Amino acid sequence: MPDTSPSMHLAVALDAAGWHPAAWREPTARPAELFTAGYWADLVAEAERGRLDLVTIEDSLGLQSTHPTQPPDTRTDQVRGRLDAVLIAARVAPLTSHIGLVPSVVVTHTEPFHIAKAIATLDYVSGGRAGVQVRVSARPDEAAHFGRRESPDLRNAAAVGELFDEAADYVEVVRRLWDSWEDDAEIRDVATGRFVDRDRVHHIDFTGRWFSVKGPSITPRPPQGQPLVAALAHSGPPHRLIGRSADLGFVTPADPARARAVVAEIRAEQAAAGRAGQSVHILADLVVFLDATGARARARQARLDELAGGPWTSDAAVFAGTPTELADLLQEWQEAGLSGFRLRPATLPYDLEQVTRSLVPELSRRGAFRREYAAGTLRGLLGLPRPANRYATA
Amino acid sequence: MDRPPKQLHLAAHFPGVNNTTVWSDPRAGSHIEFSSFAHFARTAERARFDFLFLAEGLRLREQNGLIYDLDVVGRPDTFTVLASLAAVTEHLGLAGTINSTFNEPYEVARQFATLDHLSGGRAAWNVVTSWDAFTGENFRRGGFLPQEQRYERARSFLHTAWELFDSWRGDEIVADRRSGVFLGDARAGTFAHRDAHFDIAGRFSVPRGPQGRPVIFQAGDSDAGREFAASSADAIFSQHGTLDAGRAFYADVKGRLARYGRTPEELLVLPAATFALGDTDEEARELAHEIRLRQVSGQTAIRFLEQLWNRDLSGYDPDGPLPEIDPEPGENQVARGRASVRMYRDPLATAKQWRERAAAKNLSIRELIIEVTGRQTFIGSPATVARTMDEFVQADASDGFILVPHLTPGGLDEFADTVVPLLQERGVFRTEYTGPTLRDHLGLAVPRPGGTALRIAS
Repeated sequence: MPDTSPSMHLAVALDAAGWHPAAWREPTARPAELFTAGYWADLVAEAERGRLDLVTIEDSLGLQSTHPTQPPDTRTDQVRGRLDAVLIAARVAPLTSHIGLVPSVVVTHTEPFHIAKAIATLDYVSGGRAGVQVRVSARPDEAAHFGRRESPDLRNAAAVGELFDEAADYVEVVRRLWDSWEDDAEIRDVATGRFVDRDRVHHIDFTGRWFSVKGPSITPRPPQGQPLVAALAHSGPPHRLIGRSADLGFVTPADPARARAVVAEIRAEQAAAGRAGQSVHILADLVVFLDATGARARARQARLDELAGGPWTSDAAVFAGTPTELADLLQEWQEAGLSGFRLRPATLPYDLEQVTRSLVPELSRRGAFRREYAAGTLRGLLGLPRPANRYATA
Repeated sequence: MDRPPKQLHLAAHFPGVNNTTVWSDPRAGSHIEFSSFAHFARTAERARFDFLFLAEGLRLREQNGLIYDLDVVGRPDTFTVLASLAAVTEHLGLAGTINSTFNEPYEVARQFATLDHLSGGRAAWNVVTSWDAFTGENFRRGGFLPQEQRYERARSFLHTAWELFDSWRGDEIVADRRSGVFLGDARAGTFAHRDAHFDIAGRFSVPRGPQGRPVIFQAGDSDAGREFAASSADAIFSQHGTLDAGRAFYADVKGRLARYGRTPEELLVLPAATFALGDTDEEARELAHEIRLRQVSGQTAIRFLEQLWNRDLSGYDPDGPLPEIDPEPGENQVARGRASVRMYRDPLATAKQWRERAAAKNLSIRELIIEVTGRQTFIGSPATVARTMDEFVQADASDGFILVPHLTPGGLDEFADTVVPLLQERGVFRTEYTGPTLRDHLGLAVPRPGGTALRIAS
């Protein structure tokens, strides 16, 4: 059988009017519509027209700030306010049919039981296209919104490590809850009057330092069995989280050499966690300004920087140039062992449209990216098998 | 002059995990696939219903230490389904049950505010309380609340959520490219709340939704529950099936409103109701009987009896008489995670009542359970049902109904096609939606941020 899977996986990260803080001031931006369903539906439909693997939707449990890890400032010249990412994903799910939907959730202040059923349900309403990007929060203001715990001191490496250990336990609870129903637990056996076979529905009995969760989930096992778990990582502890717990890692190397090192680090963590045989995709994040000429892209970047009050940098590398130049760069970087890329459009919808209408056709022409969707589920798009259920004994 | 006829409010409850759903019917579809929810919601919207309603349970029910397997088991996440339904409907209200014990106000408020934005103003919240450690075993906060604290926490939870909704006035998003002002108020979303249950402060991250606040529903029937509804809710889901009981309840809760400075129109009384339709009343009665037999099998009857008796009764014949032995007193060890168990505050007295009822009518266990578990039911031809429902509302026994069909997902179709047109002919039900939001459908005003005092009973 011919290998129909693309050699490169492509995601886009959606956030407000784009990742540049002045993006909302672009002539093509729709800043007054950020809190409407139509805005998000249009963005995801555009990404699907580009046959991308998935979109991620950013979220946090506090108001945005100039620096993402700092409490909210009092600036009024940047986008402030956002909608719940899981609900945005659910709202657009019935309007799309192929693209993966991966909202962010903060695991530090939420309940794994609630998130497990929410993402399982997203998998049902999307027909098997759900994932979740887990995030930790060390922001004191977010802790104060819940009033249940102190935020850790980020200068204390052990405290940071614990935050990610807790996230790993969270993912473990969520994964067990997804498996807590076997696929054929619903039997509707009229002869015996039983709707469900209780022997195929399992307590998960998880007890750890931060959680004890009995289970089972209230939601039957989702279509993908295990929806995708993703995480963003910049350094050691989150690299470890990806190696231990994730199906998909978003990383932020500055160049191919660093990308190679990051991939090696995650593979080592994967092996240490006994997951060497499992597929864990690693996508590099890039912020992109795309235009027909490099000069125009760079001029746009400069204009936005000026509006923002100075040069803006990101945790990820920033690219400004043409779609063809970007295609060259992606192919070069991919040789570092990356599965593909998550592009963060600097402005929306403009840079997203450059991705879907120029970059993707260019990559497809080179045989480096799919021409058609060839799978119905997100796991299928990523070439991942549907996992066996850990509780099934047959 | 006679007053004009009251307008009915109609809503639909997607059948959940209880024995109302006849899953063994060949027409019964999935209770979990989105296509079922979409079908159900589209029918409700085609019929111009006010809203669709989802119940919730946060742990699978167990009996005698085993997962309950006779009824539908499993359901999706409420917020996720409602957000998806917003994509396939335009007007229908989307009401979700969300527990105030195993959630946090900041998170729930941002989910409801988001749902209100993403649905264009159609979100409603049925605030429920829970206090059992059994459910708490699924949550990191664990534990549970003493029963007497549950409404106190619910009030505090709702009060806090209102403060969060009101922390944005609704005009802060300026988004003026030229001047560079996105946010018109540098402190938008600022809040601080401190009481015995919550000590939280900061900035709420979701701007004010189209309805200001979601519509609030309440479902408890105790005195504390009625008071909570009178002080804080926009609608109360009652359980009073007969005309007299309904009128008494209606008068009671509407009478409580004045002390909170509210008028009777500000709290709708909406009992849950089942229905069975036939070409003739006789045919409908036969169908209704058939449905009840399928809802309450012999096994289901015994399991139901065990919930009151609080002991294993699997040796009893469902077609025989009630057990001679009395219910086991004390905390229910047999049935867990089942709301109905809590209804039996005095199991011995209830058992005595049931014995008398069974003796008077010579009922078997199964026949008795069929009788005592019936809800407000409308049985008859479409003309009979439309007339009876209208009479019920005009007699001030309710303001309308939340219909619980026995089939998923098509159980509402016949009602929509046959009864609704007759109600419209009578001039007691809308033929078109008059506004986009659920508050419009229910005739409720949009609350002004900070402009209305919070009417929280202390």
